Amino acid sequence: MLPELISRIQFGFTISFHILFPAFSIGLITFIAIMEGRWLKTQIPHYLMICKFWTKILALTFGMGIVSGIVMEFQLGTNWSQYTREVGSVLGVLFTYEVLTAFFIEAGFLGVMFFGWDKVPPKLHFAATLLALIGVTFSAFWIMAANSWMQTPSGAVLNGTTFVTTSWWDVIFNPSFVPRFLHMLVSTYIASFFVIAGVSAYYLLHHKHVEFAKTCFSFVMWALLILMPLQIFLGDRVGIVVHEYQPLKTAAIEGLWDTQKGAPLVLFAWPNEKTESNDYALSIPKLASWINTHEMDGQLQGLKSVVPAERPPVPVVFWSFRVMVGLGFLMLITAILGLCYRKHHSLFKRPLFLKWCMCLAPAGFVSIITGWFVAEFGRQPWVVYGFLKTANAVSAVPQYQVWISLLSIIVVYGIIFGYFYFRFFFATIAKGPTKIEDPLDRPFFYMSPDIGNECGE
Amino acid sequence: MTETLASAWVIIIGFCIFMYVLLDGFDLGIGILFLFIKKTDERNLMVSSILPVWDGNQTWLVLGGASLYGAFPLAFSLLLPTLYLPLFTMVIGLLLRGITFEFRLKAKKSLPVWDFIFSASSILVTCIQGLLLGSFVSGFVFNADGTSLSYTLFTPFNVCCSVALLFGYTLLGATWIIMKTTGFLQDKMYKAAKICLMMVAIFLVIISIWSPFIDPQIQAIWFNPNKIYKLAILPAFTALMLLYCARCISQKREAIIFWLCVGIFACAYLGFGISTWPYIIPHTMNFWQAASAPSSLLFMLFGALLLLPVLLGYTMYSYYLFRGKIIEPIAY
Repeated sequence: MLPELISRIQFGFTISFHILFPAFSIGLITFIAIMEGRWLKTQIPHYLMICKFWTKILALTFGMGIVSGIVMEFQLGTNWSQYTREVGSVLGVLFTYEVLTAFFIEAGFLGVMFFGWDKVPPKLHFAATLLALIGVTFSAFWIMAANSWMQTPSGAVLNGTTFVTTSWWDVIFNPSFVPRFLHMLVSTYIASFFVIAGVSAYYLLHHKHVEFAKTCFSFVMWALLILMPLQIFLGDRVGIVVHEYQPLKTAAIEGLWDTQKGAPLVLFAWPNEKTESNDYALSIPKLASWINTHEMDGQLQGLKSVVPAERPPVPVVFWSFRVMVGLGFLMLITAILGLCYRKHHSLFKRPLFLKWCMCLAPAGFVSIITGWFVAEFGRQPWVVYGFLKTANAVSAVPQYQVWISLLSIIVVYGIIFGYFYFRFFFATIAKGPTKIEDPLDRPFFYMSPDIGNECGE
Repeated sequence: MTETLASAWVIIIGFCIFMYVLLDGFDLGIGILFLFIKKTDERNLMVSSILPVWDGNQTWLVLGGASLYGAFPLAFSLLLPTLYLPLFTMVIGLLLRGITFEFRLKAKKSLPVWDFIFSASSILVTCIQGLLLGSFVSGFVFNADGTSLSYTLFTPFNVCCSVALLFGYTLLGATWIIMKTTGFLQDKMYKAAKICLMMVAIFLVIISIWSPFIDPQIQAIWFNPNKIYKLAILPAFTALMLLYCARCISQKREAIIFWLCVGIFACAYLGFGISTWPYIIPHTMNFWQAASAPSSLLFMLFGALLLLPVLLGYTMYSYYLFRGKIIEPIAY
């Protein structure tokens, strides 16, 4: 096998695992920050219980993100050294900013957030939560800036074999950055909120921790009602930018072989790369042109306009996109259904709907992964679009070494993330939230010696 | 201009690596000490002393790596593929150690397994860092193609560095625990610190004598007749600190021992810096040859000068918050 291919499999494998943890962390911290804010405002211990429960899940998840992130950083250099040599003066700088503005904040304040309940006053704890939230958001900011620059490079010129920056503003705020950053950020909220909805639905179905579950479920259902339409709007903005700067990615997404005006939307098909056509296609006329250009007769470039070697792998991009969008619409319908049931005062009482929400718990994450497949497979054969081919980015490392690393990663990730993470995750869910007594409800509470600790002193 | 900027980044990366060695050094040392501390209560206390801070400690390695990528991309892209297998083993080791912090908090029956992994991965990571340290002293050479490097990972000298680092990190771990605990555990740590300090002293002498023979350039630097008197201050000062540290251990002056060990590490690190100066890849490439474009170095420097003081500030705040003796294990 080609060394390029093994390194790509390794990168794809590690990053697909990695992205789940930071995405879940961002969504969870956002949720916890909101709940902690409500706790501070209302002083009702119920909200504190919600914070503390999801903080347990966050701690577990965030730890996985840290350790799998270190693998990412090192393997850029070990497996893609030609790439790092060429782009180091641009992307290495963005990574340094990520560490400086995000990782240290996260490390510093998550420690306080996890273990500081009894060490700092509530307001200071809330400040730590907010700072951790800022940290993870910054992290997404820089990493999306770096990836968007690889999709739509700007603000730098290729000087011999290395890029030299002409404008840092243009590097960071490259053409695809803003919509892609927002699309990713919202996706982390949605994915995490569906997990929260799924867990709450499980509790409601089994009549366990009902009050806890109701608050969580009700909140995320409201949030998703706003987030889902917003996400579809943002996804559309990303699509417009992709079409403008990476027309071949759009062609692969749409399964479009011939350049044409008023291109049809292929709902389902099997794109056949040999015959350069779609098998079993089911399409709606003109819709693809309208979606990508917002004009009925907008022109879309076809895949056949370039030689096969210059095309992205069509079936992967085509199908990943459909999974992402399909799940997106299912999630939108779920949020709308939630609203309907709420109107009927039966949001918490419909077993079928609750079971459906449990099934959809991983949907957001599947959408994130498939969305990234669209972005990354769709950029092929380029690693820096239009400048550096993936085949030229790989390190000259003996093949057996890459095999060793790939196989050990598959084993370790499979055991640690594939098994133990879920085991501890489900164990925490099974244990459920720990009830926090309201000190004011207890008779003679003021005589209790440990009152200071419980109030978070 | 480029030279000044590159020098600034040499200092910053040097600082990051030193911070990493110190801070993750005591984390790793605690992992190594698990070999000798079998009681779950005591292990819980030891881990509790680093739980809120270990992530921040490890972030210095991430910052060092990212800065190397941004400021010296040529060195980053030459060194990392060359060191492929050791780096991968180290990263997997760090991964396994990192997850045990979380898992051992939540585990009940499987606790011994996570403790074993915590200890084994800490030892593995330390050994590899020692081997890499030795490799840097021994140096790298370009292959015939001029685009890749070769070196030898397992040489007697590198293994010696590796063993030295095992004792070094254990010393940091033990003295950290001395500072953070009391009673039986603290007494055990005094014993461990005493042995480790002696071994560190012995290995520092061995490595100091050995390295000039490994590489004539190191000999030329240290035995330059014009500089030998100035440079002799460093080993002399190190020796004094080692002796003072031994005295403090026997007098059980718990507050100062850890900081003396920090000083010993600083001296050893400085010695390493003097030996390899001005190479980023010893004997192959110096800092200025590997430097990034001036615009990149400048933009990064702006961020670093602005943010490093801030992040050092809140890192210290975090340490301040979790100061004092650990009486009982912490949990969520």
